[in-house]
Amino acid sequence: MTDRRTMIDADTTSRDSERVTPVVQLRAVSRHYGERTVLDRVDLDIGPGEFIALIGRSGSGKSTLLRSMARLDEDVAGSGTVGVPENRSVLFQDSRLLPWQRVLANVTLGLRGPDARASGLAALADVGLAGRERAWPNALSGGEQQRVALARALVGEPDLLLADEPFGALDALTRLRMHRLLLRLVAEHRPAVLLVTHDVDEALALADRVLVIDSGVLLHDQPIPGGQPRDRADPALPRVRADLLEALGVTDDS
Amino acid sequence: MTSQLERDEVRSRQRVGSAPTRSRISTRRLVPARLGPVGLLIGPLALVGLWELAATAGWLAPRQLAAPSVALRTGYQMLLDGELLPHLAASAQRAYLALTFGVLGGTVLALLSGLSRVGEAAIDGLVQVKRAIPTLALIPLAILWLGIGETMKIVVIASSVFVPVYINTHAGLRGIDIRYVELARTTGLSRAEFIRRVALPGALPGFFTGLRLAVTMCWTALVVLEQINATEGIGYIMTRARDYGQTDIIVVGLVIYAVLGLLSDGLVRFAERKSLSWRRTVGS
Ligand SMILES: Nc1ncnc2c1ncn2[C@@H]1O[C@H](COP(=O)(O)OP(=O)(O)OP(=O)(O)O)[C@@H](O)[C@H]1O
Ligand SMILES: [Mg+2]
Repeated sequence: MTDRRTMIDADTTSRDSERVTPVVQLRAVSRHYGERTVLDRVDLDIGPGEFIALIGRSGSGKSTLLRSMARLDEDVAGSGTVGVPENRSVLFQDSRLLPWQRVLANVTLGLRGPDARASGLAALADVGLAGRERAWPNALSGGEQQRVALARALVGEPDLLLADEPFGALDALTRLRMHRLLLRLVAEHRPAVLLVTHDVDEALALADRVLVIDSGVLLHDQPIPGGQPRDRADPALPRVRADLLEALGVTDDS
Repeated sequence: MTSQLERDEVRSRQRVGSAPTRSRISTRRLVPARLGPVGLLIGPLALVGLWELAATAGWLAPRQLAAPSVALRTGYQMLLDGELLPHLAASAQRAYLALTFGVLGGTVLALLSGLSRVGEAAIDGLVQVKRAIPTLALIPLAILWLGIGETMKIVVIASSVFVPVYINTHAGLRGIDIRYVELARTTGLSRAEFIRRVALPGALPGFFTGLRLAVTMCWTALVVLEQINATEGIGYIMTRARDYGQTDIIVVGLVIYAVLGLLSDGLVRFAERKSLSWRRTVGS
């Protein structure tokens, strides 16, 4: 078998962020579950403020890669170096709010300092939930819960936001509104973002760069033309979309 | 009283509207509606009614079991004569003192064992052994060590009460969702913050389950213990009544236990609902 991996380091990254030290540096990162190799020598650089979408079929290793960057995988066998910023946050698919803490306490979880409360309130207002700070998480809708989780993820001004299919459980309409919200907040706070998704259109709408992973190998690194806000009618997009679907092994019939 | 069930049915019929379509979707709920305190009384009241009937019809000899009405009169008379309250106070003091020690002990041990491996190694096995030994079997040894006074009684009761508190609080701590542990790690919580904001609130439902068992359990051993060197207490007057064949007084004692048990359980449940108001589960 020929090595299908693409060189996703200096070359591609430097175009956007020349001579800027990347916030994320993965070198030869491998992870194994028993005999199975789930990540196979992954190299990846992410520049400051860069928005990356990671797509791949189910079981391809997306979550494993994200969890290695979140340092939630100490008990997993593997090798390689993972350089990630200290100040990072994770947005899970389930909003993962502590049900016994009110909304504000959830947002300020782990936040220290005298102005934690004020920052929490501001973050809630940012996601359109001002006035709900005393609500219990169980009393919120799924979309609202995910907005609280987003507020919690951004309140600490992270340098890196890791999001694992954060909108996967939401309906299409709510999902579109969350896209706009996420783009607005990311433009304000400027974290680097790694968004795991299995939705090519979501990746195209949000990311500056789309990575395709297959069987633990980063196969494809696709810069997306056009900044934000993205022009959905950009004539270059269908071409890019077809490329991505091909990399995913899906033939687009339409 | 219109039941929740009926009201639900009315509502769903209204929703269907004027067109009486046949629907395969049952309007019956999968989970029964919450029964109010009145509903819970139906069973006990029916039993008392039957009992009274059996007694007045002469099916129950007074030497075997006094009628509820007789027991009620006896109890009232004892209350008026000042024969009841001192005994009740003596028993309650023993029970609740022991309950306090038992609950504190059980909680502290559960925290030690649930939050550290050393603690678990040191404590958990011992508690399991203690659990396997019936409380009453400890009485002979307790008497040899502590004598037949109040200390012995309280220690024995506390040692039985701490077990359900320990078991359930420990299970609550152990059962905390791994996802919340991950969350705590990604938000950079310190160990102290984790304990305060994740572990303790997460174990609270278990603690309350243990507490509910404990508040009724603290009376269980008392009956037996109050036969030992006691001149006061509900258990004492019941034992004496047995010697004289006074079934009405025995019934009074039983009723007192039942009422105390139900009251304490209700109190704990109230506290539970207040402090676990974030929960929206079946039955709450
Ligand atoms: N704890 C584990 N133990 C054993 N195997 C695991 C474990 N976690 C993941 N795997 C395996 O590793 C592979 C990659 O899993 P991963 O969760 O990274 O996939 P994914 O790309 O996120 O998939 P999905 O889109 O379904 O979330 C899968 O084949 C999975 O079975
Ligand atoms: Mg996944």
